[in-house]
Amino acid sequence: MTSATHGLGHPQHAPGAHDSHDDHAHGPPSGFMRWVSTTNHKDIGTMYMLFALMNFFIGGVMAMIIRAELFQPGLQVVNPDFFNQMTSLHGLIMIFGAIMPVFVGFANWQIPLMIGAPDMAFARMNNWSFWLLPPATILLIGSLFVPGGSLSAGWTLYPPLTVQQGMGMDLVIFAVHIMGASSIMGSINIITTILNMRAPGMTLFKMPMFCWTWLITAFLLIAAMPVLAGAVTMLLTDRHFGTSFFNAAGGGDPVLFQHIFWFFGHPEVYIIALPAFGVVSQVIPAFSRKPLFGYTSMVYATASIAILSFMVWAHHMYAVGMPAAGQLFFMYATALIAVPTGVKVFNWVATMWKGSLTFETPMLFACGFLFLFTLGGFTGLVLAIVPVDIQLQDTYYVVAHFHYVMVAGALFSAFAAVYFWIPKWTGRMYDETLGKWHFWLSMIGFNLTFFVQHFLGLAGMPRRIPDYNLQFANFNMVSSLGAFLFGGSQLLFVYIVYKCYRGSGEKAAANPWDGAEGLEWTLPSPPPYHTFETPPAVK
Amino acid sequence: MGALQHNPERYFVPQPANYPVRGSLALLLLATGAVLWMNHYASGPWVVLVGFAALLWMLIGWFGTVIRESESGVYNKQVDTGFRWSMSWFIFSEVMFFAAFFGALFYIRVLSVPDLGNPLHKMLWPDFAAGWPSTGPYMKTLFSPMEAWGIPAINTLLLLSSGVTLTIAHWGLVAGNRGKLKLWLFLTIVLGATFLGLQAYEYSHAYHTGLKLTTGVYGSTFFLLTGFHGFHVTIGAIMLTVMLGRVMKGHFTEHHHFAFEATAWYWHFVDVVWILLFIIVYWL
Amino acid sequence: MTNGIPRSIRSGIAGLLAGAAGWSNQALADGVNLQEPASVLARSIYDLHTIITLICVVIFIGVFGVMFYSVYAHRKSKGHKAAQFHENVKVEIAWTVIPLIILIAMMFPATRAVLEMKDTSAADITIKVTGYQWKWGYDYLQDGFGFYSTMTTPMAQIEGREAKTANYLLEVDNPLVVPVGKKIRVLITANDVLHSWWMPVFGVKQDAIPGFVRDSWFTANREGTFRGQCAELCGKEHGFMPIVVEVVSEPKYVAWVADQKKRAAAVADDPNKVWDLAALVARGEKVYANNCVACHQATGKGVPPAFPPLDGSPRVTGPKADQIHILLEGVMKDGKATAMVSFAKQLSDTDIAAAITYTRNSWGNKTGEAIQPAEIKAARK
Ligand code: HEA
Ligand code: HEA
Ligand code: HEC
Ligand code: CUA
Ligand SMILES: [Cu+2]
Repeated sequence: MTSATHGLGHPQHAPGAHDSHDDHAHGPPSGFMRWVSTTNHKDIGTMYMLFALMNFFIGGVMAMIIRAELFQPGLQVVNPDFFNQMTSLHGLIMIFGAIMPVFVGFANWQIPLMIGAPDMAFARMNNWSFWLLPPATILLIGSLFVPGGSLSAGWTLYPPLTVQQGMGMDLVIFAVHIMGASSIMGSINIITTILNMRAPGMTLFKMPMFCWTWLITAFLLIAAMPVLAGAVTMLLTDRHFGTSFFNAAGGGDPVLFQHIFWFFGHPEVYIIALPAFGVVSQVIPAFSRKPLFGYTSMVYATASIAILSFMVWAHHMYAVGMPAAGQLFFMYATALIAVPTGVKVFNWVATMWKGSLTFETPMLFACGFLFLFTLGGFTGLVLAIVPVDIQLQDTYYVVAHFHYVMVAGALFSAFAAVYFWIPKWTGRMYDETLGKWHFWLSMIGFNLTFFVQHFLGLAGMPRRIPDYNLQFANFNMVSSLGAFLFGGSQLLFVYIVYKCYRGSGEKAAANPWDGAEGLEWTLPSPPPYHTFETPPAVK
Repeated sequence: MGALQHNPERYFVPQPANYPVRGSLALLLLATGAVLWMNHYASGPWVVLVGFAALLWMLIGWFGTVIRESESGVYNKQVDTGFRWSMSWFIFSEVMFFAAFFGALFYIRVLSVPDLGNPLHKMLWPDFAAGWPSTGPYMKTLFSPMEAWGIPAINTLLLLSSGVTLTIAHWGLVAGNRGKLKLWLFLTIVLGATFLGLQAYEYSHAYHTGLKLTTGVYGSTFFLLTGFHGFHVTIGAIMLTVMLGRVMKGHFTEHHHFAFEATAWYWHFVDVVWILLFIIVYWL
Repeated sequence: MTNGIPRSIRSGIAGLLAGAAGWSNQALADGVNLQEPASVLARSIYDLHTIITLICVVIFIGVFGVMFYSVYAHRKSKGHKAAQFHENVKVEIAWTVIPLIILIAMMFPATRAVLEMKDTSAADITIKVTGYQWKWGYDYLQDGFGFYSTMTTPMAQIEGREAKTANYLLEVDNPLVVPVGKKIRVLITANDVLHSWWMPVFGVKQDAIPGFVRDSWFTANREGTFRGQCAELCGKEHGFMPIVVEVVSEPKYVAWVADQKKRAAAVADDPNKVWDLAALVARGEKVYANNCVACHQATGKGVPPAFPPLDGSPRVTGPKADQIHILLEGVMKDGKATAMVSFAKQLSDTDIAAAITYTRNSWGNKTGEAIQPAEIKAARK
């Protein structure tokens, strides 16, 4: 903690700190209380990222347990119920505990720097958005230790199975409520910051792409999270207060839950994807030494994706037996999303075209993202086709699809972001050689793990099963080995990050990348504790 | 009030504060307590109580700080604009929360209950006749559905007029007429409280005539929709009362009174939700 | 388009996918693509999947051909200087409109397949399928008989104490039997939680929703034994509720139905018959093994706290009316059904009597009482 404090530029020693004004006269409290009570966007950003890293490991260990059990046919490592708990918590923790927080962390660190604001609009609420997450995680993990164990009905929480579950389920429901509150507060903060705190001259259409994607993501969050809160509330009353929302005997319908859940759930996947798009839109131009191609069309494409994402939810439910008209509508709408997403892919490639490319680690991860995310997008399109999805729904093909978009998509983009910005955050360059190793090992491990899962799904292996027929044995073994390789290589990442925060490694210049542009690169690395107390001028 | 009008010199950045962690701990206690309670552990209610008290204590402290800051004049134009944005988005999130329940009601009335009554389902539920209100094919409870043109209609009138009285109070504030402000704000609170009283009476009446939370899907949607609305009215009434207290203490100026406006926005939002409830839940 | 795609393309794509994974052997290519269809519908789906995947692969190669060319040719290390263009409305329009056209084109065959899939009219045979935790129930509605279908793979194989056989986890006691070439309409529902009835070779997957009936159909176009699995997470035994369908010739089917009807008549015991204790326990052991072990375990110890032990339970050894009530009505808690659902519809009077007698006279439970079917009959309604 102390070394991190140093690396982040404690205000007392901050290079180039501004003359203190009365309300900033005293620095933050030191030691532990600094982190607990901080209102500084940089501190909060750092906490978000460390928290996300911790959850990535917790969720990752669960994934390793899943893969260990699936290494061979038969039950070896865990019993089926615990396996299901691992699957469910792995999904929830990775999405709500790792991927979403890490991008909020980036937003916290970068958005004020990028738009020339002194901090987030509501600095105290910002602190609360973060500090709501640890209780939620405590509830999630704690649910493993109560009688009956944790949620074992999948991260999608479908009743009536979730009505059968024990008290662990209730803990999960409240965890979801709290995480939702955190997301809503965080989003309101981000929107207000972007709309209200830009430096003079920083018009919306001059903002870096990352700010745009977050602006739109925040909108998605505010629209989607309350719906999830409503869904789990109904689940709670069905469980304990005798309501019949999801119970046919009382006039309800289990499928109603699925509709509400996916009305949240599909926007949720773009909540994960859009900030990742934003990061890639910063990294690719920087290492192509060329401005982002088609900035305006990128903004419109992002907005179209966001709007469309509210009209496609039932593509997760083709097998529930909707009328043909419903299936057709959702199939057409879902396929339509490929158009704006395609625009983004094409614009990135056009940005690279005729650039002057170099391949430092951030760029490697961005290219890995581009290549593999698109592959995942295409399998998404295959799933969008109703009759094909009838064969593939709830199989490993779907598991492969979403890990391509979420691991090789969102997670790789998060790695790109860390490597890209860590010189700014810590003032130190990361170890380029180790970074490259991290990339290539991840790339190989990832594809070994998840590419073969397409075949498993096509050949008929359902998801969420702890044991399988012998015909699936070979690919599962490959997948598990790949997963161990992928998991193991993440230790490298931690080591690299740790080295930067410890302060070893080459000192970073204000702008360590010759192609990077934007206000954040005009500040020293690391930037002083308080930045832009007076608005910078934007041409 | 354009988004780009800054106080040219400096931004406002608040001091470090530990209200948030206290709030988080309080919520952790609340959640754990609620779970214990719902699973019949004797400690549950006590843990909830402690959590709730801690939350209240934190909220009073936090809002107190904000009020003090506001009155001491450290909030500039930009902070004010920020508050406006955030309140609007907060209300939007509330709209989406209610949308989930209205969506559920729509789905049940238009899609799933009629579906349960179709010929194919005779196989499972031989003597179910679809219609609304419905308690589903299995529960055979007798109850009388809520009648729109009794208390609910009166309540509609009450809430609508409370919107008007609140607006008059606001005019008073803007015109610097404190007496008018106090009177009409007080009237608004009285109307809100009367609404809540009638609502409580209606609930107890419903329970006595057999309409309960457990009365199939009709009871579920009715009580959750009106219940969450009633909860929001309660919060709104508390906010209005705090505003009245602040007015009594001489807070707010003709130009600087966003807390009051935010409360008014919230109150109008609750109003609109009620109109929808009245039409969809009671009337149609 | 159903049969319009030449086989060569079909196996081509399989080969392509297999090639990507490092396998070029055609035999292995079978395990990397959709299963060889056994119904008209599955064939259309198979072909649709092939076409869509091919289009995606072509676009993918196109886009990343460009990217990798750029990676190769426009590197700084090769001395490439960056151009500064960053906008072109014409290209933007082109790469919006062209994908749109491709997608619209894809929607034609897809729509046709959806409409085909949804057309359950004019069926020859209607079978009701019910998902239970964790087995399937089949009712031949026109012929008035039905049975349950439970996995038969022994625990010894699952726990690795015995070698696993070829149909490991995909074998059942009573497969569904249907005639070849007839349109079969399946009405799918569930008793407790969601399940999903999935037969890959027929292109049928339909969620089983408790309280609702949904339908689907298939026409098998060749004889054989085909296997599928429950495809919706339904609790701890979700991986162990396979589906096996035997497609037989018409005459064989007719004979099988006659046989089933005869057996159903024979099994319908006289509920007034009086049994002796040993006979009831023997029969009860079988009923228990088929219906109760999943939760209460063969040892009677259950899996607390989720599933209570029956061994030593006061509700088992106490007044018999209590336990009869549990079996007939299920257990309600806080006004909600628990996992212990009613067995009134699933089991006959004799079976329930036998199961109860068994639980009251096994493990440490020694009541020495025999519960007669007539008592169950009386307790019903
Ligand atoms: C980051 C998260 C993310 C993203 C971005 C996406 C993107 C997409 N997803 Fe995915 N999806 C998930 C996360 C995500 N998904 C998750 C988590 C699940 C499973 C949840 C669960 O059940 O647990 C899931 C499941 C899922 C299903 C349900 C499967 C099932 O359960 O049966 C479907 C079906 O339609 C689908 C479709 C799509 C589509 C069409 C896109 C599109 O947005 C993709 C668009 C992109 C492209 C198509 C590529 C680029 C385009 C071009 C280069 C243009 C040219 C292209 C053409 C003309 C074809 N997804
Ligand atoms: C963004 C979200 C995200 C991320 C990052 C991941 C990451 C991974 N996922 Fe996840 N996954 C989901 C979201 C995600 N997943 C979701 C939503 C589901 C569906 C859940 C459901 O069905 O309800 C799912 C389901 C799912 C399944 C299907 C389970 C089933 O259906 O039963 C599998 C199986 O292989 C899997 C594997 C993995 C692996 C190997 C990783 C790896 O990338 C993880 C790598 C990380 C680490 C391993 C941690 C760091 C390293 C160490 C701790 C060092 C020690 C390492 C070793 C012992 C080698 N996931
Ligand atoms: C799907 C799981 C499941 C199956 C199958 C099942 N039970 Fe149960 N059973 C339960 C659960 C869960 C309870 C506890 C209900 C409660 O009190 O919450 C229970 C309770 C009982 C009890 C009361 C025990 C006590 O001490 O409270 C008896 C008796 C019983 N079951 C008998 C049977 C018999 C006989 C069968 C087979 C014909 C059977 N059960 C099949 C899940 C199951
Ligand atoms: Cu039945 Cu899964
Ligand atoms: Cu989706």
